[in-house]
Amino acid sequence: MTQRNILMFAAVLGLVLFEGFTGGWNTALGILNMGLISAVLALGVNMQWGYAGLFNTGIVGFVALGGLAPVLIALPPTPGAFNAGGLGLILAFAVAAGAVALAVVINRRARGAVRLLALPVVMVAGFFAYRALFDPAVAAIEAINPSAAGNIGGLGLPILLAWPVGALFAAGAAWVIGKTALGLRSDYLAIATLGIGEIIVAVLKNEDWLARGVKNVNAIPRPVPYEVDLQSSPAFVERAASFGLDPVTASTIAVKLAYTGLFLAVLLALVWLSERALKSPWGRMMRAIRDNETAAAAMGKNVTRRHLQIFIIGSAVCGLAGAMLITLDGQMTPGSYNPLRFTFLVWVMVIVGGSGNNWGAVLGGMLIWYLWIKVEPWGHGLMGLITAGMADGSAIKAHLLESAAHMRLMTMGVILLLVLRFAPKGLLPEK
Amino acid sequence: MDILNALVALLNFVIIPASSYGAQLALGALGVTLIYGILRFSNFAHGDTMAFGTGVTILGTWGLQAMGVSIAPLPTALLALPFGIAVTALLVLGTDRAVYRFYRKKKSDPVILVMVSVGVMFIMNGITRFVIGVDEIQFDDGERFLISAKAFKEATGLAEGLSLRSTQVITVVTAVLVVWALFWFLNSTRTGKSMRAFSDNEDLALLSGINPERVVAVTWIIAAGLATIAGTLYGLDKSFKAFNYFQLLLPIFAAAIVGGLGNPLGAIAGGFIIAFSEVSVTYAFKKVAGYLGPEGWQPDSMLQLLGTEYKFAVSFAILIIVLLFKPTGLFKGKSV
Repeated sequence: MTQRNILMFAAVLGLVLFEGFTGGWNTALGILNMGLISAVLALGVNMQWGYAGLFNTGIVGFVALGGLAPVLIALPPTPGAFNAGGLGLILAFAVAAGAVALAVVINRRARGAVRLLALPVVMVAGFFAYRALFDPAVAAIEAINPSAAGNIGGLGLPILLAWPVGALFAAGAAWVIGKTALGLRSDYLAIATLGIGEIIVAVLKNEDWLARGVKNVNAIPRPVPYEVDLQSSPAFVERAASFGLDPVTASTIAVKLAYTGLFLAVLLALVWLSERALKSPWGRMMRAIRDNETAAAAMGKNVTRRHLQIFIIGSAVCGLAGAMLITLDGQMTPGSYNPLRFTFLVWVMVIVGGSGNNWGAVLGGMLIWYLWIKVEPWGHGLMGLITAGMADGSAIKAHLLESAAHMRLMTMGVILLLVLRFAPKGLLPEK
Repeated sequence: MDILNALVALLNFVIIPASSYGAQLALGALGVTLIYGILRFSNFAHGDTMAFGTGVTILGTWGLQAMGVSIAPLPTALLALPFGIAVTALLVLGTDRAVYRFYRKKKSDPVILVMVSVGVMFIMNGITRFVIGVDEIQFDDGERFLISAKAFKEATGLAEGLSLRSTQVITVVTAVLVVWALFWFLNSTRTGKSMRAFSDNEDLALLSGINPERVVAVTWIIAAGLATIAGTLYGLDKSFKAFNYFQLLLPIFAAAIVGGLGNPLGAIAGGFIIAFSEVSVTYAFKKVAGYLGPEGWQPDSMLQLLGTEYKFAVSFAILIIVLLFKPTGLFKGKSV
């Protein structure tokens, strides 16, 4: 940690403290918690972009996949759902995987006309076999208590277990996409990941058997106590009174602080690991590949393999952040996965913070999240000031006041362009 | 067996909608591919350029409507198009001057330019929301149908109706005219030839005295025009919603890559390939199969390969297949 780092982090901490004193500790801790999750997300993207120069525009998909894990791990099982369609689903997926594996083998081994004929036949036959098994299983699951469940349900395991599982989900998807799109030119990876992001979100929105789709999943178990339980505990009320707080405020703050502790532990562990990795021979190799692929390949480094490796690790961290996010929210709302918010905003975080620098990514994540939250009220204030002199009820005044809500995207775009132009290395440059 | 009705159903639900959608995609992909050919980066802001152009065109339409100008039965938006194109061209030229030129002079990596275009995308998205809002807007005030399903049934006595919306015909006709004009420009004018030379070999073009700034400016103007026209046609055909244009980015990129990035002819072919696959994979063929089968027989399932929600998966799958087996696209495009 250099002096510059410490100053920058002190400044961000100061912003949070200022928010606490002026806007209340509840909002301040809310911003801090989301800032910590954003920092984890930015760390993941920084691994792909900062270490390896991979442009991933499908982050929203990996975040969403990670968010699926709390639903599948921590939710209590839906009674009868597995018996109704679980076996059918497993069979369907096995058939699909078998067909894809067979297609890959044919693609590698067969030549000429055999390959040209057998490949589509296997794919089409596999697809229809899969649908024949999949459709009835889904129908059976979705028929169970559709107003409250209608999904496969979870395993009823502790929610913290869902975090590594979320990372695994994202890593699996990253392996599939990385196998196909890496090794092509850089823009192609961007376009291919843009697609995979859209598709994953579409799956979560429409596959009701999985996580109820747009009907949302509520009441996902928490790793921390509930406010109501704290308020009814005499010991807690007494402690709160000794701080001069009423039980309701104290309980919300205590719960938020508990989350802060959890997230901070994950973040610090990740930063520690990434710093170690970046300083190791492996980190030097990654930077060598990023700076000159041809030279690194000539030195015997397998560029495509290393790219695949870092793509998977980075995506896994994004999945972890997605699982943390759903844990914090306590609900899964697939409709909220907007690429502008979950892909491109994270890019702004990484670029502003300083690509290639782990601390920079953390700083960028927290700072940009703070701005993302605060720009809207500031925009309202600004518009109020501008329109103060105008006559009430004029159409222009109404339009200006209304459009303050759209200031966010514009501000983020301006920040991104300014940083790219005048400080391309970001706030905390890579050494 | 009722081939006639099956054919009408196929025309009505697959061929006509896919043709107009394909024309819209082709126009969008042409813009992406031209920018790629001349400026050598994938422009992520293209979807939002389309949205902005359409938004301005809608404003122009409202202005004309307020003045009582109308070219009924055609939609007023067609009259407002030149205004929309002019404003959009000014915006992208301003963007190029303020943003892209710096990186071009520095000869930055293409991936940095892509990142910059993401920033531009944010700003254009913000401007569009600022100017026109996020709500869905219907601005088609022309005649709705050329052939309505009811009239068609009465005229032919077939059980299946065929409806032909005027916007679908306008889309295809406009697209043909625009493409014809573009190819004439690229192949016959001095500026067009210098653009193609610049795209083929930048150094050689510079040596022969071609002014790069002029080529770039003309490219941006053409791209703005194509984006505005494509966006307005899409908006007339469906409706205007800013976020939908961002989502069009994927099929448009897929179309440009399938045809071969940098190749205008490929962009057009790619647009129609994507549109026809998307529509036919997500269409439920139950009705068509019912007509083709024996009398009184109906298939048990919907015969739909994928739900319409997954239409993005289709363009994505085509994109991946092309990238895996023919990275330069069907028509020879650029690939590094």
